[in-house]
Amino acid sequence: MDLIVIALFLAIVILTLFVTYIAAKQTKSTGDFYTAGGGLTGFQNGLAIAGDYLSAASFLGIAGMIALKGFDGFFYSIGFLIAYLVVLFLVAEPLRNLGKYTLADMINARFDARKVRGVAALSTLTIVLFYMIAQLVGAGALIQLLFDIPYTVAVLIVGCMMTIYVLFGGMIATSWVQIIKAVLLMAGMVIVSFMVLLKFNFNIGAIFTEVKTATSYGADYLNPGIHYTEPLGTLSLMLALVLGTSGLPHILMRFFTVKDARTARSSVITATWTIGIFYILTLFLGFGAAIFVGEATILEANPGGNMAAPLLAEAIGGNILFAFISAVAFATILAVVAGLVLSGASALAHDLYGQIIKKGRISDKQQMRAARIAALGVSVVSILISLYAQYLNVAFLVSLAFCVAASANLPVILYTVYWKRFNTTGAVTASLCGLISALVLVSISPSVFSPVEGAALFVGEPIFPLDNPALVSVPLGFIGGYLGTILSKEKDYARFAEVSVRAHTGFKVHNK
Amino acid sequence: MVQKDILQEEMKAVDYVQVYESPQFKEFLKRKRKFIIPMTVFFLIFYFTLPILTSYSTILNTPAIGDISWTWIFAIAQFVMVWTLSSIYVRKANTFDDEAEQIIRDQLK
Repeated sequence: MDLIVIALFLAIVILTLFVTYIAAKQTKSTGDFYTAGGGLTGFQNGLAIAGDYLSAASFLGIAGMIALKGFDGFFYSIGFLIAYLVVLFLVAEPLRNLGKYTLADMINARFDARKVRGVAALSTLTIVLFYMIAQLVGAGALIQLLFDIPYTVAVLIVGCMMTIYVLFGGMIATSWVQIIKAVLLMAGMVIVSFMVLLKFNFNIGAIFTEVKTATSYGADYLNPGIHYTEPLGTLSLMLALVLGTSGLPHILMRFFTVKDARTARSSVITATWTIGIFYILTLFLGFGAAIFVGEATILEANPGGNMAAPLLAEAIGGNILFAFISAVAFATILAVVAGLVLSGASALAHDLYGQIIKKGRISDKQQMRAARIAALGVSVVSILISLYAQYLNVAFLVSLAFCVAASANLPVILYTVYWKRFNTTGAVTASLCGLISALVLVSISPSVFSPVEGAALFVGEPIFPLDNPALVSVPLGFIGGYLGTILSKEKDYARFAEVSVRAHTGFKVHNK
Repeated sequence: MVQKDILQEEMKAVDYVQVYESPQFKEFLKRKRKFIIPMTVFFLIFYFTLPILTSYSTILNTPAIGDISWTWIFAIAQFVMVWTLSSIYVRKANTFDDEAEQIIRDQLK
């Protein structure tokens, strides 16, 4: 590990700890802890959403997949971006108008039953846990490669950093870590893409021509179908990507950090521009890596292609750029896991403890303490599982998290805001059908069972053919909610009227 | 002034059903729906057309500009669509904001 790498690595650690120190002094109430007091501007929150969303899997994984598989890697870039239209058109504003700290708050604007909150918290925790383990295991492996330190140490460093941010600085620190990361990541992407384009005198056509002969796939590299050969599998993945984002708890939580729906909207706009430009640039990183690093070298460094972007940086910008991109990858990981810890803690401390066990009769000071204990708990559990999961192939957990979010959370969100007849039973059945079907189908899918040793979690023949079950589990979530509703008698039009008026106008009754 | 407003709001219990049933709110929801539903249907169809075409046919593999095939043009068009639709949405939503504020002034305060 050379000096520049260590210096940049330490610079990020020190800068983010300094931010946490400032944030800790400003975190005085539960509202500050969970939502930064709702005081972020649209632009800040837009960058923070990008920082929360663009994980190392996006940055290194997609660049690597485009480098190795051509167009098929780009499917992810498209799905992850279009998802924000669903967020913008259907979810962001009603969510901001109805919710307080968590997704369950929004659903509880319509249903008082504690079981509804409990089920929503359960799906939140499931998603957070899967996503977190995927991130931490990925982070451990990545930092091991980039900085040449052992896996255990790498996981512990990331784990401790995320715990410190959330425990002391809450949402204020988390938001600023995400904003810093978004700026660094975009800078890194732009620099590397610029250098790739420079080599071709900014002639994009020439890059396509060059890349046609750069890989073992020849001209096919530019056509879809190298990786995704099963049409239904591709469609299922695309469905999970486009609908999942609107149900991801750590993304939804970001909408509570702004003061109103108008600001929530403007933050989505900043986010779509940032994220969109980012994903366009993944193309130049992928192609650049295929051309200047080469398939063999990328595969040799990491079979998943995760080293494509850093190796490209080294090939065209030398050690300094390699160090910078590695540091960016580190910051990227930190920002995403911090957001996850916070949303997990809110489901545990606010939903399960504060609202269900204590029935809301809990002082602000107690709530803060519960939130901090929960944050610590979420961190410790996920660090321990990740240390144990080092040799397991857990890459599928990210797309599983998207699938659970799309199947269990999105139907409930949409029904709550837009369907008059929807009721308590429907809310419970929608969540449970989506959650259980996603989990069961994945556990018998090729992501978990593969006849090839090491290709999946267990060796064996998969029973369900699709890697990602969204094509089946999302409809099941919607159907579950529909049947649960029409088969039960409860109706409360007055409550729906209230939710609809509030969701669409942003009207709030001042609390006594 | 501000305090007085808050006091008045607290004293008056809001009848949401009445607001919901009012022609003003119904009209507002209808306009919102007429904008959001077709747009959502459009972008979902536009989005899924890409993987459906690439999975079940090879027509997009024909070259469009030099070595860049129609697949790539369509893929980039998805990005352009996101930016275009989100700009249109914001412009439209700003007019919805005015209507929403009008409803709050007329019926909720």
